[in-house]
Amino acid sequence: MLRVGGHSITKKLTRMNMLVSGAALLLACLAFVAYDVLAFRQAVVHNLSIQAQIAGSNSVSALLFNDPREVEKTLSALKAAPNIVSALIYTPEGQPFAAYWRDRGGQAPPLPAIPTGQTEAHWFKDGRVVLVHSIVFQGKPTGIVYMQRDLKDINGRLAQYAGIAAIVLLMCLFAALQFSSIFRKSVADPIVNLADLARTVSRDKDYSVRAALTGGHDELATLIETFNEMLAQIQERDGALQKAHDEMEQRVQERTAELAATNKELEAFSYSVSHDLRAPLRGIDGFSLALLEDYADKLDADGKDYLHRVRAATQRMGILIDDLLSLSRVTRTEMRLEKADLGLIARSVAEELQKTQPERRAEFRIEEDLGAFVDSHLIRITLENLLGNAWKFTSKRESACIEFGRTQRDGGFTYYVRDDGAGFDPTYADRLFGAFQRLHDKNDFPGTGVGLATVQRIIHRHGGRIWAESAVERGATFYFTLMETRHRGA
Amino acid sequence: MILLVEDNADDEKLTLRALKKNNILNEVVVARDGAEALDYLFGTGAYAGRNLSVMPEVVLLDLKLPKVDGLEVLRRVRADGRTKLLPVVILTSSNEENDRINGYGLGANSYVRKPVDFNQFSDAARQLGLYWLVLNEPPPARRA
Repeated sequence: MLRVGGHSITKKLTRMNMLVSGAALLLACLAFVAYDVLAFRQAVVHNLSIQAQIAGSNSVSALLFNDPREVEKTLSALKAAPNIVSALIYTPEGQPFAAYWRDRGGQAPPLPAIPTGQTEAHWFKDGRVVLVHSIVFQGKPTGIVYMQRDLKDINGRLAQYAGIAAIVLLMCLFAALQFSSIFRKSVADPIVNLADLARTVSRDKDYSVRAALTGGHDELATLIETFNEMLAQIQERDGALQKAHDEMEQRVQERTAELAATNKELEAFSYSVSHDLRAPLRGIDGFSLALLEDYADKLDADGKDYLHRVRAATQRMGILIDDLLSLSRVTRTEMRLEKADLGLIARSVAEELQKTQPERRAEFRIEEDLGAFVDSHLIRITLENLLGNAWKFTSKRESACIEFGRTQRDGGFTYYVRDDGAGFDPTYADRLFGAFQRLHDKNDFPGTGVGLATVQRIIHRHGGRIWAESAVERGATFYFTLMETRHRGA
Repeated sequence: MILLVEDNADDEKLTLRALKKNNILNEVVVARDGAEALDYLFGTGAYAGRNLSVMPEVVLLDLKLPKVDGLEVLRRVRADGRTKLLPVVILTSSNEENDRINGYGLGANSYVRKPVDFNQFSDAARQLGLYWLVLNEPPPARRA
């Protein structure tokens, strides 16, 4: 492929070379031939004119004495000029008077008319020239000379010219062919080599090679030098890039290892919390109850109240530990993204909530067909928390309305959970999502303050954002977005 | 007879109390670590020479145990022909997904999480006793 391309530039140069020299030579030849033909024809006419004048002068007396024989004798001298085909003398009235034929006798041709005011005229026709000359003696037209001459000698000359031109042309082309090897060495070869190198570089991505310099100072040398410079720059940049990449790779590996270690530690810690922290709580609660049951008669009302408080606090701590564990589990568990309908999940969560307090008058307005690409287990936890909160903070209302839906905003989807419950002071909106942050008295609305922190982590793991809008006693709306992953088949 | 594998003395006492309060009066053998539980089941160590035709109706097995942990105990119990079919209930504080997966994977018959609230714990003990000692038909005795 490359070889063919390489040859073609050499061929092109050779062809161009031959074409230019051939064309120049041909043009020059044509000009010469044209000039020569023109000059020759002028000479022919001139000679013919002289011969006609001579013939005319010599015929004057014979014409006056009406002696055609004498004229014919004179005309026969034209044998010496082999190109003269015929010569005729006409009377002034246009009647043939005497004739000379080179080959054989013939019919006297019709006499072409001489334009008025001229004594002579000539015409080129059918490879011959015809000249008509009027004989004037003492101011009177005495007769007319008609001469016809062929142009065979001119054609012979032309053929010779063509032969010479062809020979010179061939020699010229041959010389051009020979010269093209010089062109190839100085122009084509460096270009072919350069193309060869560029191909190699592009194929092997080896930027350490360099093109050989020609030693000249022409554009080709500049091209090669620039090419080499470019290679050097690419090589340098490549090296820097590789280095940066390697460093990044190493850093990623280090971070991954660190992260894995931290994760493992966290796992062990969580396990420990889950198992070891709960055991003593069970002891405290269990033995408090044992005291209440087995030693009721020995305890007064205060003593029993204290033990009840011990138990309540213990159980609360148990719930806190569970919430904390679920918060940490949300961060630790692997994401399993799949197509899920958030509307369906919300509906099932709403039904569960309704079952916990069937007497409550609360309406759930849940939009349908809210497909998204999510970890449905984690999103369920999110909706449990958000809808659960809405359920909780509308519990003091006679009737409540809780909405879940999706709107288009800034080119993406925004999901919202809206209630008409207690709401919160928007001044503290940014504190909502911190762990253990609560904006309400736990006697009014129970909770550990871990739910929204959990929700925020889940939304962040989905590449989304969560925020809330509210006013005291005016309900609250929680908004969240999810990473747009529709292109992944959702 | 119940084999209770429990290293926490408080939990042991509470479990025994819960069983007693619920009128489950079967004998309860307590092993305080995994090794002791295996010794009892296979008649080795301190229990060398024990009559192995007497096997517990159910083993209540904690997971986090000194020496040999609960999952390892379960693995060895299931690997041995003498105890392969023994009903084993994992009774633990842990609610880790992995523990549940591994527990069932190794052939636990049930997985019960110890609630912090003693009333709930007591209720769990009652239901366990009722189910495994009364309702459940144990596997046929091993042929000697």
